[in-house]
Parts: sequence; C-alpha cells; structure tokens
Amino acid sequence: MSQAAVAAHGAEVHHEELGFWRRYVFSTDHKTIGRQFLFLGLVMMLLGGILALLVRWELGWPETRVPLMGWVPEPFMYDGYMGPEFYNAVFTMHATIMIFFAVMPILVGGFGNFLIPLMIGARDMAFPFLNMLSFWVAVVAGVIMLAGFFVPGGHAATGWTAYAPLSAVPTYSGVDWGQNLWCLSLIVLGISSLMGSINYITTVVNMRAPGMTFFRLPLVIWSLFIVAILLLLALPVLTAALGMLLFDRMAGTSFFLPEGGGEPLLWQHLFWFFGHPEVYILILPAMGVASEILPVFARKPIFGYRAMAYSMIAIAFLSWIVWGHHMFQSGMNPTLGSTFMITTMLIAVPSAIKTFNWLGTLWGGDIHFTTPMLNALAFVSMFVIGGLSGIYMASTPVDIFIHDTYFIVAHIHYVVFGGSVFAIFAAVYYWFPKMFGRMMNETLGKIHFWLTFVAFNCTFFPMHILGVGGHMRRIYNPLQYEFLKPLQPINEFISISAICLGIAQIPFIVNFFWSLAFGRKAERNPWKANTLEWDAPSPPPHGNFESIPTVYRGPYEYSSPLVPEDWLPQTRRLAPERAAAATVS
Amino acid sequence: MLRWLPENVSTYGEKIDGIFYLIYYITGATFVLVTALLVAFLVLYRHRPGRKAVYTHGNTALEITWTIVPAVIMVVLGLVSKARWDEVKVDIPRGDIQVRVTGKQFNWEILYPGPDGKFDTEDDLQIDNDLHVPVGKVVRVALRSKDVIHSFFLPHLRLKQDTVPGREILTWFEATKPGTYEIPCAELCGFGHSGMKGTLYVHTPEDYARWVAEKWPAQQARLGTKSEAEARG
Ligand code: HEM
Ligand SMILES: [Cu+2]
Ligand SMILES: [Cu+2]
Repeated sequence: MSQAAVAAHGAEVHHEELGFWRRYVFSTDHKTIGRQFLFLGLVMMLLGGILALLVRWELGWPETRVPLMGWVPEPFMYDGYMGPEFYNAVFTMHATIMIFFAVMPILVGGFGNFLIPLMIGARDMAFPFLNMLSFWVAVVAGVIMLAGFFVPGGHAATGWTAYAPLSAVPTYSGVDWGQNLWCLSLIVLGISSLMGSINYITTVVNMRAPGMTFFRLPLVIWSLFIVAILLLLALPVLTAALGMLLFDRMAGTSFFLPEGGGEPLLWQHLFWFFGHPEVYILILPAMGVASEILPVFARKPIFGYRAMAYSMIAIAFLSWIVWGHHMFQSGMNPTLGSTFMITTMLIAVPSAIKTFNWLGTLWGGDIHFTTPMLNALAFVSMFVIGGLSGIYMASTPVDIFIHDTYFIVAHIHYVVFGGSVFAIFAAVYYWFPKMFGRMMNETLGKIHFWLTFVAFNCTFFPMHILGVGGHMRRIYNPLQYEFLKPLQPINEFISISAICLGIAQIPFIVNFFWSLAFGRKAERNPWKANTLEWDAPSPPPHGNFESIPTVYRGPYEYSSPLVPEDWLPQTRRLAPERAAAATVS
Repeated sequence: MLRWLPENVSTYGEKIDGIFYLIYYITGATFVLVTALLVAFLVLYRHRPGRKAVYTHGNTALEITWTIVPAVIMVVLGLVSKARWDEVKVDIPRGDIQVRVTGKQFNWEILYPGPDGKFDTEDDLQIDNDLHVPVGKVVRVALRSKDVIHSFFLPHLRLKQDTVPGREILTWFEATKPGTYEIPCAELCGFGHSGMKGTLYVHTPEDYARWVAEKWPAQQARLGTKSEAEARG
C-alpha cells in the first residue's frame, strides 16, 4: 500500500460506521484489542488474587476453616476446609494465572497493542486481522484453563513449573484432565502470543512514522520490541515441551520418564530455557513503562538513553544463557552450575545500569508526585530489592540453602509484583486518559498507591525471613515441621498483610470503573508529554492520527533550553531561527 | 535478618553462611545507598514553582563507573562462590559412612549397607525416614528416587539436593554436633509433599556404636575392628 493509500484508508475508516460486533467484539483496531487484553488481564488478576489469599489463609492458619468458602463443593473443599490436593491446585493456578493470564496479557497484550502503533506514529498494526485473532485465541486459552477447575480430579497441581515425572504421570499427582487442560491451554496461549509477537516485530520495523529512527523510539517501544523477539524465540520451546508432556501423559511416549528411557531433567531444561526469558518478558515492558513515566514527571530527559536501550538488549541476550540457575540443585552436572552462576551474575550488571540511570533521571529534576509517578517510583525501588535478592540465589552455595524456600517466593514477588504489577498500575494511571478519554481520580489513586505499597512490603518482605529460616515453598502445613514452628507468627503476619493488600485494591477498582463512566474528560496531552500518542485525540479514533506525524527528535526532550516551556514534543518542528531566539532570551 | 538461619551443624555450613553474610553486607549497602539517593533526590528535586529541571542526557564517566563496579563485584562473588560450591557439590569425598536415601511418595527410605560397607548385600538394613550417623564423620549419601523428583533437604547442615528417578546422585555432609534434625522434602512431589520428612540422628561416637550394635548384633565384632582401622588410616 502506498503512503497515499494508507492516508486515504485512515481517513475513510475514520468516518465509517462499524456495527457493535465489529467495533467492540471482533474489532481489528489495535486500541480496542489493547483494551480487551487489559480487561481480560485485570479480571484474571482478580481471580489470581483470590487464589493467593486462599494460599495465604492456609499458611497463616493451617487446616482451619477458610472464611466465606463454605460454598465450594467437595472434593475441592470440605465445608470450607481445604485438603492438600486442592491446596496444590490453588497455588499452581495462582501462579499460572498471574503469569500467563494477568501480567503478560496486560503488559504485552494490552499496553503492547495500545501503545506500539500510537507511539511510532502508525495508524494500526501491520496485521490487524492477525491481531484480533491473537486476542480471541487468548480467550480460548483462558476458557480452557478455567475449565480445568471443573473436571473430575481437579486442576493441575504440580506447580506452574510442572516438573516431570510428577506432571507426566496422572497417578503421581492424582490429577488427570486438569493437567491435560493446563498443557493444552498454554499451547493455545502460545499460538496467540506468537501471532502477537510477529505483529509487533513487523510493525516496529516497518511502520514507523517519517523521522522515527530506532534511536528516537520511546524506551517502552524498545522494551516491547525486544519482548516480542523473546516471545518469538522462547514460546515455541515451551509449546514443544508441553506437547511432549501431553504425549507422555496420553500416548505413553516417556520423553521425561526414566522407565521408558526418558529424562526428567529434560523437562526442566526445556521449561527454563523458556522460563527465564519469560521472567524478562514480564519485567522488560515494566522497565519500559518506568522509563517513560519518570522523565515525564521529573521533567527531564531520560539519563543515558542509549545505555538504557543497550542494557535491555544485553538482558535479552543474557536471558538465553542463564536458565540453568533454576537447576543448581536439580542433579544437573554441578560444574555446569558454575558456568550458569557466572552468566547469572552478569545479568545483574545491566539491571544495575538501568537502576542507576533511573536515579540519574531523577537527579536535578522537577519532580511531580502524580499517581503514575508514585507507582513508577515504587517500581524502581522494589525492583532494586528483587534484583538484589537474585544475587543470593545466583551464588550457588547460598542457593543450596535457599533454593525452594520462601526466599525464592520473596524474590519472585519483588520482581513480579513489586516490579511488573506496580508498573501496570503506573501504566494504567498514566495512559488511562488516552485509552478511555477520561482522567482517573488522583485522590483515590494516591490512597490506592500508599495502601498497596505498605501492604505489599508487609506481605513480601518477611518472606525473606521465612526463607532464611528454611521455610520450604509449596507446603500445605508448616506446623508439620518442628524447625518451622517458631516462624509461624511471621506466617500469620504475612497472611494478615496479604488480606490488607487485597482490600487495598478496592479503591483501584472503584476508581477504574467510576472514572470510566464519570471521570473528567481528558484533553489530548494532560501530562504535557512528548511522545506521539499524546498528539492524537483522547481517545484516538480509528486510524489514530488526523495526519501521520513527522518526528523531529527523541522522545525525552524535557526542559530543553530551545523552548520556553518544559516539554518539546517529538512532532514539533522548530524553525532554526526560532530555536536560536529561544536560547538567547 | 540472618539470625533467623537455623543453627549450623555441618563442616561446610559455616563457609556457606560466610558467603551468605558477605552478600548480605554487599546487597544491604547497595540497597541503603540506592534508597538514600532515591529519597534524597525526591526531596531535593520535588517540584517548586519557577524552577526548571537540569537539562542533561547523561554522563559517560558515571555510566562507565556504574557498569564496571557491579561487574567486578559480581565476578569476585562468582569466584568466591565457586570454591565453596566445588567443595560441597563437585569434590565429593569417599566418606566414612555410606547410606543410600531413596525418595518415594511420601517417605525417605534409608538404606544402610551394613558392616560389609556394600549395598545390595545380605546385611543391608532399610529404615524409613530415620537416618543415623555419628558426629564428626563424613557421610556419603547416594540419592535415588522411586517415582517423582524429591529434594533431600538438611536445613541445619546447609545441604539440599534433588533426587531424580533414573539416576543416582552423590552428596555428602559431616555433622559437627549431636542432636536430632529434620529432613524435609523440598521439592513438590504430590499431595503428601507437605509433611514428607525424615529425621537425622547425629550420635556421639559411643551412642552410634551402641546403635550399630543393636541393629547388627551378629557382626558387631567385625564392625568394631573395621571402624578402628579406618580411624587410624
Ligand atoms: C538481578 C537479576 C536477577 C537475578 C540475579 C535472578 C536470579 C534468580 C535465581 C538464581 C533464581 C533461581 C533460584 C532458585 O530457584 O533456587 C531465580 C528465580 C526466579 N526469578 Fe530471578 N533473578 C533476577 C531477576 C529476576 C526478574 C527481573 C524476574 C521477573 C520479572 C525474576 C523472576 C524469577 C522467578 C519467577 C523465579 C522463580 C521461578 C520458580 O522457581 O518458580 N528474576 N532468580
Ligand atoms: Cu531465571
Ligand atoms: Cu516433596
């Protein structure tokens, strides 16, 4: 399609009236698809959160009646009491849902879809139909996953890591169709992500507006672009592994079963070859979001733009050669463990670079504490804790002790909740005006932030202590162990904090829906930001821009001496003489 | 925070804890530094009317510094860690005592080779979940699994090693203090994972001899000479 045809197409679509179904349900508009992914992810996050509270209840007050859960039928719960089988399914599904159906859909599916065309100055994705398909395939995956709760034998109960042979032989875990559906769902979800990632890569490479060079891309686009490449390369490995697992379960192939000549550790290698890039799939977009929001509210260019982009590339590259750090104690050749330790230690370096660059961005700034900014700042400081705790586990001898303890659980949550989820909140508060054309309420936003921040730390920081005390993960009743009994008050404290953390989300839900309907109408550029999405109306119409913008500079020209105001949009053309005058005056 | 570590009763445990403390100080200092800077910047550079932010895109010297310094720290930490790791997991000593521990849903089968020191012979003795060892002797453990992956965890000895069906994995420890310690399973292994645990009995030499005498009354004499010979050699 020629440039003129694209423009004509955009203008024509702008006026075309689409029916309800094409507009809201089977839409090919990247913005609608982005919003759909966001809703899907938020709903699933709520479900995942409820499952987490069940886990916490069990650990805080083991083998007692769970309040409000009397309605769950046998054999899952017995008049509100849960058994170990159900407990295992609950934490398995908590992690599965949070990782695959909440954080990934929101950050990659939701914001990826919404932001990529808008921020590179395109009218839509390269393959709008494929994009729509990718959302609906994800819905199918979600339905299959949820169906697992209702099959006899219950849902998958082998952890989100599904280590074989436990996961490969139905009698070992006592779960039959639950685990099959779990595999099937993730295979289908993998197809959805593949479609999405091909789309993202093509769009970023081919559809950038005139003047939008790679080094003028906003960092969040860099992060999503890198994530798409990671997805493209990592997910097929998981899909293949899941296929093999299904064959082992249903066709007697024994890929992972030693009796039939298979190898249990093969599953772990395949899983973590996917799994470690996966954790970076969860965090890179979050880093991108923080890199977007900090400059806007510090009114300052990002510190070390190129270092930020290169360090994300370095992280992506290194993430392929560290997977063995999940297997130090697995029986893998211990000498190989040392190699993986060194690569793992190295991946802390680009993480450190990013942190210091964020600090550099704040230095000398003009900092406005809006709700998106507070959440972005929380992201930075919580990511620091999560990154530092990774170093303990990267050290192989220390990992001997803390592997499979609550220390790992603390680490995971500092990076995935403290990192990714705070970034999700930051992104929702920041882009809500563009997505829905209305502002969110700042007061409610701040209440939500502070309650969440405090409750989050009370919930997850003490888990480091449990881990240091040797508390294993994935156990149903810590009181079965003498050496864990002194830790029980900490478990109770954590569970109470977790309940508070859940309650702290109510202001967010209220704010979200209230603002959707009654929020103050948003102007085009409420935050006075530079990137292209703020050049489009709020919310942008089908086709996004009145005319395709031309880009003159990088995305972070805040407080530039060239202009009197403290922002300088990427699209604003400065006449050379005016620029000169501005510096003189 | 590290005072919550269970009491250490193994020879290499102290060295592992040493690295634990080293990392604790390094990460603690980093955390304090970063957080102090963050808070200071937030206070110093909060919005005040009429002030504009500093316009800068970075500082190469600074950026090189904060790349090199963490890289050097990490590499040093890696080298220190490798030495300890090799001691625990790579260079497995022959051992004064041999046992075979087999994980199965949901027990540890402990197999003692008996006085002849060889497994799969007449005098072998299997006891579920109870592991008896003498203090101050190197115990070499051969780990196996009958069904799924389990993880042999001795929190007080700073030892953890998964057991994998289809292979035998060797590991070792030397206890420094008599007492009884729990042996939880640390890898999810099914509905009975929680509560899958054994007990490690670390005996004084006299108690251990008594226990052996009780279990293998016939060969008591032979065993006595053997262990004396070993002690001298
Ligand atoms: C400084 C960078 C990091 C280092 C050095 C690091 C190191 C590690 C190590 C060594 C483990 C395995 C521990 C064990 O099981 O014994 C681990 C587990 C894990 N890490 Fe990290 N990590 C880092 C950053 C991240 C980030 C950014 C994320 C996610 C956004 C993440 C998510 C996870 C998760 C989910 C697990 C646990 C997986 C499981 O067993 O279920 N990590 N990390
Ligand atoms: Cu990893
Ligand atoms: Cu177990």
